[in-house]
Amino acid sequence: MSTHTLSVLVENKPGVLARVAGLFSRRGFNIESLAVGPTEHPEVSRMTILVSVEGTALEQVTKQLNKLVNVLKIVELEERQAVQRELLLVKVRADDSVRRDVLQIVELFRAKVADVTPEALTIELSGRPDKLEAMLRMIEPYGIREMVQSGVVALGRGPRSMTQAALRSVERSA
Amino acid sequence: MTQSITGAQALVRSLEEVGADVVFGIPGGAILPAYDPLYDSTKVRHILVRHEQGAGHAAEGYAQATGRVGVCLATSGPGATNLVTPIADAYMDSVPIVAITGQVGRPLIGTDAFQEADISGITLPITKHNFLVQSPEEIPRVIAEAFHLASTGRPGPVLVDLPKDVLQSPMQFSWPPQINLPGYRPVTRPHGKQVREAARLVAAARRPVLYVGGGVLKAHASAQLRELAEMTGIPVVTTLMARGAFPDSHRQHLGMPGMHGSVSAVTALQKADLLIALGTRFDDRVTGRLDTFAPHAAVIHADIDPAEIGKNRTADVPIVGDVREVLTELISAVRAEYSAGNRADLAGWWRTLDQWLETYPLGYDDPVDGTLAPQYVIQRLGELSGPDAIFAAGVGQHQMWAAQFIKYEQPHTWLNSGGLGTMGYSVPAAMGAKVGCPDRLVWSIDGDGCFQMTNQELATCAIERIPIKVAVINNGNLGMVRQWQTLFYDERYSQTDLGTHKHRIPDFVKLADAYGCVGLRCETKSDVDATIRKAMEIDDVPVVVDFIVGKDAQVWPMVAAGASNDEIQAARNIRPAYEGDEGEWGQK
Repeated sequence: MSTHTLSVLVENKPGVLARVAGLFSRRGFNIESLAVGPTEHPEVSRMTILVSVEGTALEQVTKQLNKLVNVLKIVELEERQAVQRELLLVKVRADDSVRRDVLQIVELFRAKVADVTPEALTIELSGRPDKLEAMLRMIEPYGIREMVQSGVVALGRGPRSMTQAALRSVERSA
Repeated sequence: MTQSITGAQALVRSLEEVGADVVFGIPGGAILPAYDPLYDSTKVRHILVRHEQGAGHAAEGYAQATGRVGVCLATSGPGATNLVTPIADAYMDSVPIVAITGQVGRPLIGTDAFQEADISGITLPITKHNFLVQSPEEIPRVIAEAFHLASTGRPGPVLVDLPKDVLQSPMQFSWPPQINLPGYRPVTRPHGKQVREAARLVAAARRPVLYVGGGVLKAHASAQLRELAEMTGIPVVTTLMARGAFPDSHRQHLGMPGMHGSVSAVTALQKADLLIALGTRFDDRVTGRLDTFAPHAAVIHADIDPAEIGKNRTADVPIVGDVREVLTELISAVRAEYSAGNRADLAGWWRTLDQWLETYPLGYDDPVDGTLAPQYVIQRLGELSGPDAIFAAGVGQHQMWAAQFIKYEQPHTWLNSGGLGTMGYSVPAAMGAKVGCPDRLVWSIDGDGCFQMTNQELATCAIERIPIKVAVINNGNLGMVRQWQTLFYDERYSQTDLGTHKHRIPDFVKLADAYGCVGLRCETKSDVDATIRKAMEIDDVPVVVDFIVGKDAQVWPMVAAGASNDEIQAARNIRPAYEGDEGEWGQK
């Protein structure tokens, strides 16, 4: 099994997320993370999907996704040729006795303190998934009260845009 | 020019504009606004069915017999959920239908309102696409898009869900609307380089087989298929969904492959060095155990749906495109190969194939208990009805016998539920086919189990003057299930005796009479021809013939589920012996 990052442009219409999610579950494909958000064009959304599949199954995933009428374009983003980021919010136990140590870790990872109380800190960190994992390992001994992670979002490196061609087809038909 | 009308009027106008001449349906609360303008339409004929499942299968039968989009109409909630089975059936068999459903008014959606069901959610995985219409202005565009999606690319079912208040609201109607499907661009034109590569393999192969699927019928490519086959001399097998795509009487036709395929068709695929797979999807009922299927063969796979290529079997030469265009280009490319002097000799292959055809023809024995052989009944139905007749089968033994023992000479004369295997498909599908082709003889070949699932549509047929003929192959049992119990469950016949023999409940002749149809019964071989002829003489009302046949007849040949096609049995416990003759064409 290996993980692949798919960047999927979809029409911004009701039910599109259900179509994509349903396709993955009924075809037995495993989603590791999924993030959806708007793009520079109001009629188009971008989904970043991390999917773990074996060998040739990735081709099936993209072919089946392409059959969804609301899917405009799919690009697999190779790890080295893409910028990948994920957002982490983690609430860690930090009273007077350990706050200084925790803040040192925050600084080390160039994270931010998003909220502070006498008993706990909420830390905000964005970065590649492995960076988030590394900080979590450091924080864990102090006691994680709760945490949340966004899915991975990604863009290809360099000046090229995958949205332009797709957007042209949307505008043409609009 | 625009015109102010209601959403419901816009729906009927749109149906008229797209050329929907027949709609099968049942009214109810949420869809009621649409039925009012439909009452006045002179272009759209509405046929009131007795169950929405009948409407869906009728739309399928209409579509499969005519090649046009079939339409069914139902209300919200239970009306819509009753369409689920035919929609799933159409999805599996790539049948172009548009299902239109009423929905509760927009303010009520999501409140568990009376007769509310999330039908667009329910049908997400079984439609090519579906729409929940949000405003009356969308109606013309959505109807145009629905028909476009259903009928182009790989055909399939499309559902349009219309909230009641959307149907009642005013809108400005204009036609034609602008179709807006930026994410839908089916590739129909094959890649030239791939076609040339395919032609090179076709010309060089020593044991090639044309493996033909339902896509050839969908693409109306029978003429091109025949041209390629005759030009190359390559043998043809037609899958359950492709029966009729190539004439059964043609000397190059080896029959149907798969679980109940002919020995020659199944074995030809197993021994082939090249499969030319056209509009077919390497279904498990064709391949048997996939890792032992056609082990020596290179694969050319042409299909309009890129996702089918490489799904089950890796293709050496994948070709995405409309099969008719693929065939047209392949014919010239192969011709070019031949002109360049590249042409393998198929004489050795044909000597082997002819030997299999001669040694293992399809056949059956008359039952030892003296009962009527179902295969004989079905064979005579085919012979007496002639090549123009259309046959719609249910699912089970009678379906397999109808696929085996009726000789199909023309495309679109064989309708069945291949992918989903829907018992109850036959009667309503035959009804839809007869509506689409009123001048053709249309037989429903049904089992006594299947027939009891949808025979309420006989009322529709009788009242709407749709004179189909139904041959109930009545063996008193769920025959195919019983066959598996015989073979794999020590003859423990759990819950397969329907009592249609033992108790004659129901009495199908009386049932036919109750429905305003003519009921006939036939119990002996000597009466078969006369009964069929009598049924064929009646052309003003539907006819039901109750053929009482033996319960022990079995479908052979057979490859057991999950077994390799090499394990095919020509008849029970009889394995063909062809290992020895492989030397002639040189096993790789």
